[in-house]
Amino acid sequence: MALLQIAEPGQSEAPHQHKLAVGIDLGTTNSLVASVRSGDPVTLPDLNDHHLLPSVVRYMPCGNHQVGYEAMQHASEDPFNTIISVKRLMGRGVADLKSLSEEGSYRFSGDADGMPFIETAAGQKSPVQVSADILSTLAQRAEAALGGELTGAVITVPAYFDDAQRQATKDAARLAGLKVLRLLNEPTAAAVAYGLDQGAEGVIAVYDLGGGTFDISILRLHKGVFEVLATGGDSALGGDDLDYALGQWLVEQLELKDLSASTARILTEQAKYAKECLSSLSEVELDFSVGEQRCQLSVTREQFDQLIEPLVRRTLRACKRTLKDAGVTAEEVAEVVMVGGSTRVPLVRAEVEKLFARQPHVDIDPDKVVAIGAALQADVLAGNKPDSEMLLLDVIPLSLGLETMGGLVEKVIHRNTPIPVAKAQEFTTYQDGQTAMMIHVLQGERELVDDCRSLARFVLRGIPPMNAGAAKIRVTFQVDADGLLGVTAKELVSGVESSVQIKPSYGLDDNQIATMLQQSYVNAQHDKEARALREQQVEADRLLTSLTDALNVDGALLSVEERQVLQAEMDKLDQLMQSADSVAIEAGIQALARASDEFAGRRMDQSIQKALRGHTVDEIEGNQ
Amino acid sequence: MDIKKNYFEFIGLPVSYHIDLNRLSEQARELQKTLHPDRYAHLSDQEQRRAVQYMAHLNEGVATLKSPLRRAQYLLALQGIDTHNESSTPIDPMFLMQQMELREQLESVVDAADPYAELDALTAAVESELQALRADFAQQFETEQLDQATSTVRKMQFIEKLASEIERLEDRLDD
Repeated sequence: MALLQIAEPGQSEAPHQHKLAVGIDLGTTNSLVASVRSGDPVTLPDLNDHHLLPSVVRYMPCGNHQVGYEAMQHASEDPFNTIISVKRLMGRGVADLKSLSEEGSYRFSGDADGMPFIETAAGQKSPVQVSADILSTLAQRAEAALGGELTGAVITVPAYFDDAQRQATKDAARLAGLKVLRLLNEPTAAAVAYGLDQGAEGVIAVYDLGGGTFDISILRLHKGVFEVLATGGDSALGGDDLDYALGQWLVEQLELKDLSASTARILTEQAKYAKECLSSLSEVELDFSVGEQRCQLSVTREQFDQLIEPLVRRTLRACKRTLKDAGVTAEEVAEVVMVGGSTRVPLVRAEVEKLFARQPHVDIDPDKVVAIGAALQADVLAGNKPDSEMLLLDVIPLSLGLETMGGLVEKVIHRNTPIPVAKAQEFTTYQDGQTAMMIHVLQGERELVDDCRSLARFVLRGIPPMNAGAAKIRVTFQVDADGLLGVTAKELVSGVESSVQIKPSYGLDDNQIATMLQQSYVNAQHDKEARALREQQVEADRLLTSLTDALNVDGALLSVEERQVLQAEMDKLDQLMQSADSVAIEAGIQALARASDEFAGRRMDQSIQKALRGHTVDEIEGNQ
Repeated sequence: MDIKKNYFEFIGLPVSYHIDLNRLSEQARELQKTLHPDRYAHLSDQEQRRAVQYMAHLNEGVATLKSPLRRAQYLLALQGIDTHNESSTPIDPMFLMQQMELREQLESVVDAADPYAELDALTAAVESELQALRADFAQQFETEQLDQATSTVRKMQFIEKLASEIERLEDRLDD
């Protein structure tokens, strides 16, 4: 039988063509983009040879914006329009922001229980949009450096990010027009970069103190498999808090009265500068002006250590709990890897060394290691390394549960459960004739609803009236490999079903994203329909290519008739692909997916049997 | 989900309470390499979704078979016995008395001169009780005394709950 031809003449569609994929470290303070070039993972610089992109965006009255160093120069002079550390706002509600130190820095609008918008000279901006602007800048840099369109990106997130924060990050990528191959936990990315570079085996700990977040992950490395045993941390504790503690101290020492947003920025900059100097010096002299007032004072390392000691202690507590969750002792940890700029602080290094009773690894660049790890993973996920043995097995950082009677949380999936995972729990009605049930999904470790993060509420309606306790409602949680949650609820007696992709209360809904996308297309003069068409063509092509490959290898799993039916559907989609109708192509993809479902199932079962027999695919094929 | 095999068959182990944990890990590792969604990231959405489902089934299977309590519950579930809901299986009053004593002991730990020593002693008592119950279950299940096996599982549930309370108290003391 002639094989299906998908490539147009002149359009190269070689099966193992190198795909352009990048890893992006979307950091609180700085962001980076990296890619595997000629076999080596490297971070990509801008035209001025800067690898780091400060995660700063400035919005101007003309509607334009600046990103990075350019924007940073205006951080103190134009504080309300220059957004720094936006990562700390991702997936947060207006009410949450009160507990963060930079709450006073911006003018927020939005409902108390809704998503915050920042008022800027260029209009209201959500944290998701600000992050999308940073991602776009990095994507453009990568496309220029690599010379082509990106297939996709692996974007890193703190391991301790909850579902709302992960979803917000994925939305930002979507808004920036990037295909997300995977959301990857930052410490896992660091472990990949470090592990592959050093050929490490055994249990390692990654201590990652970033600008705004703290993660500790314990992993077991074995022959290319990176298995996260447990992760813990604090998604609202980072280097920014060290700066803030020192900044507050400066306010007291200098007896400053006028604390405008611009003064706060100046103090933050001075504190940051002092912190960096104190990594190598024992004392630093500060000399700066706040309005008319000239400020001169010195800070010793001892004073600084005293100020930050409570914060460092918090990270150590998280380390101890995580070791316990992982079921390993500090002595069993073979290596400790330090990640994040703030791990340059001597007190941090000393305390970590004390806890694990070994010198932590600081020989890798703590700023770049996460992006490098993400690039390595992106290269594998894009399909550039079909023979790679590398496998990352990650966990969910925080327990997921449901509200039950009395404002209590019943956990459905416990923290540190390997992902992807699906779990079902059954509930019942508590009143006679009850026809609807509210499902309230929460994330966190505490027992009371009020102490956990509310992820979503939805209502299962249409339960047939029955006596209390007679209905059986099965709620299924499914967490995918990005750590994102989907929930379905089903009444088992009647079969009534309801499902939600979790859209956090403070997230953007699909309509908002669609509108924003549309606006950005208008601005960039992109054609939305052309884009939709391209997306569907790419997906159709992907499906046809993988089915063709599958038939070549495992065609014997189908009878002659079955194969003919499938081939006919494939030919249909191939025809459709030539049309310019994205809706028709999408329908064709779905039809073919259904038609090939049985085949895919048989293949999966076959590979399970092979895996269990301990044979490699090659061996078995060789025997045929 | 279209995965009909039970966890033992899926992972390639005999259906039994006695389980070779090393073999479980090895088989799981091989299956993870085959089924993980990362292996399908460059393929069609359909294949990616299927991989997520299979991998979720595998992860849940490994967690179920690894835990002595969950493995016992699962074996009974395969026989049509649901131990997750409060059942009417009567529980031996002697056992309940012993439970109450252990609980009182736990409550007094905080005021003890050396709470950690008290906790260690409690943990040891709980652990040996669990060992005994697991041996009971294995024997009862093998000889198809399912009623007794079910009541043993109920006892295990009590003790495991106590064990997790001990752990929580330990966490509080550490903080």
